[in-house]
Amino acid sequence: MSVISERQGRQAEQSGGARSTAWSKRQARQDRLMRSLFIGSAVLVSVVIFSIIVFVGFQGSKTFRDVSVVEFFFSTKWSPSADSPSFGALPFLYSTILLAGLSILLAVPLALSGAIFMAMIAPRWIREIMRPATDLFVGIPSVVYGLIGLTVIVPFLGKTFHGSSSAGYGILPAAIVLAVMVMPTILSVSEDALRSLPGALREASLALGATRWQTIWRVLLPAARPGILTGVILGLGRAIGETMAVFMVIGNAPVVPKSLLDSTTVLTTAIVKDMANTFFNTPWNNALYLMALVLLLLSLFLILLIRFVAGRSEVK
Amino acid sequence: MKKTHSRLTDRIATVYFWLAGLAIIGILGWVLYDILSKGLPQLSWHFITGKPSEVSAGGGVGPMLFNSFYILFLSLIFSLPVGIGAGIYLAVYARKSRFSDLVRLSVEALASVPSIVFGLFGALLFVSWFGWKISIVSGAATLSLLNLPVLVRVTEESLRSVPSSYWEASLALGSSRWQTIRKVLLPSAMPGLITGVTLVAGRALGETAVLIYTAGTAASRHFPDFGLKEMGATLAVHLWYSGSSSLAPDARQIAQGSSALLVLIVLIFNLAIAIPGRIIQKRLTGGK
Repeated sequence: MSVISERQGRQAEQSGGARSTAWSKRQARQDRLMRSLFIGSAVLVSVVIFSIIVFVGFQGSKTFRDVSVVEFFFSTKWSPSADSPSFGALPFLYSTILLAGLSILLAVPLALSGAIFMAMIAPRWIREIMRPATDLFVGIPSVVYGLIGLTVIVPFLGKTFHGSSSAGYGILPAAIVLAVMVMPTILSVSEDALRSLPGALREASLALGATRWQTIWRVLLPAARPGILTGVILGLGRAIGETMAVFMVIGNAPVVPKSLLDSTTVLTTAIVKDMANTFFNTPWNNALYLMALVLLLLSLFLILLIRFVAGRSEVK
Repeated sequence: MKKTHSRLTDRIATVYFWLAGLAIIGILGWVLYDILSKGLPQLSWHFITGKPSEVSAGGGVGPMLFNSFYILFLSLIFSLPVGIGAGIYLAVYARKSRFSDLVRLSVEALASVPSIVFGLFGALLFVSWFGWKISIVSGAATLSLLNLPVLVRVTEESLRSVPSSYWEASLALGSSRWQTIRKVLLPSAMPGLITGVTLVAGRALGETAVLIYTAGTAASRHFPDFGLKEMGATLAVHLWYSGSSSLAPDARQIAQGSSALLVLIVLIFNLAIAIPGRIIQKRLTGGK
């Protein structure tokens, strides 16, 4: 469309210029003005992401004036308000990775089975219920999931494993809540990937005498792998960046957890918890910006990973 | 022998996938039931329109509900022109170039930024550098950054779905590109655009991490208060605050009521998208 548009646009301008009536001059001027406004908006979008990286990066890197790189990334001691404060963010990094990994591990099998069910097996009317339902669940605010975790999952886990309904905070309830939150995302992306496969793949496999299960397992799943991986990475990004739901169920003690039901803190919740206690430009506050930078770089890395995965599928 | 074996595996697999599908429907249905069954009894006219109270029971969420929509409205005013403009650029003007690649990558990157990072950026830029303090306008400006990538993507997609013959016919009749965009492309893309904006609005209404340190967790005493520099706790922020650190004795009930209210709003938004879309589709495809 855009190639045609360029050519046609130029022709229109030329013919307008030849006649040079007042109307076409005004048209051409307006046209150029609007074009530059649109380009300006596009530039602004790029400016926003770059300024986020620069501002958060600059504020975060101020941390290293007071804290060594080794201490921030490898010390497990986080006591920023002590007389000789220490800023070890390793517990947060560790819990973030553990939590994201566990929630993906819980969500992927069910999401993938659901995607296969919706794309291959479910009768039409079930599909027509499940599609809008999954959209709805992507749209439910994360605090609402957090509240369910707080009022249902935490007491349940506490009673089951420790005999007290207030001992259920930790990585496990957070991972369950996150798994429910990211499952619809992974499901709908994987279902799209399965559905967009050419029908000939399925028909050829069935015609060769393969059963439906053999077709799914040996033909369709491998063919849809890039799309499924994209969905999983998107889910991973959401799990790493989720803040409020996790805050409500993880307990928020700044330590490396000894078990999955031990109160701990991840990067996002450490920021939320401490921001209210800190003043701007103090080492403590800067350390929070450094954590935000780590989150930002992680999510940018995941975007590049998706590009790599999706790019490989086009080559195929 | 081998054939019966693979047929049995196929049966087992079919049963498994049915169970998985039913489990997912079950989980989603249970979540919805849990929210609504606990929250709907809390909803009353007094709760929806009343003022909150910090330490005694019986507080309402009126100012928070108002702030939610007010901040949403302001953030859309900030982000719609830029988002739609950049979307038009990508759909209509952009050829494959370094610049358009950069814009596309920026949109993707912006969409992946965790919302707490937007929140910290807003606290840095709007709250302290611009000196807007923790206020409604800081919250709305930060929220508009979160809306931006979705708006760009939605605009580009709905413009691309307009058949290119419309574009060619309009230019052939002698209209300029801007006239074609304004009079032909945007009106034909309008259903898609409206759907997209509704999705953005639903997401923005439930957003919390962006707003805690930009719009604050307290609401103005006056109601309704249109002051841009007032603190502006939204319904979702209030829900988080009630669920985790409020001193009110009925905080749990307030949180459950707020969460049912939020889910109802999201439900209404989703229905508002689904119903007109289905009617239009039925008309276009002859009821099929």
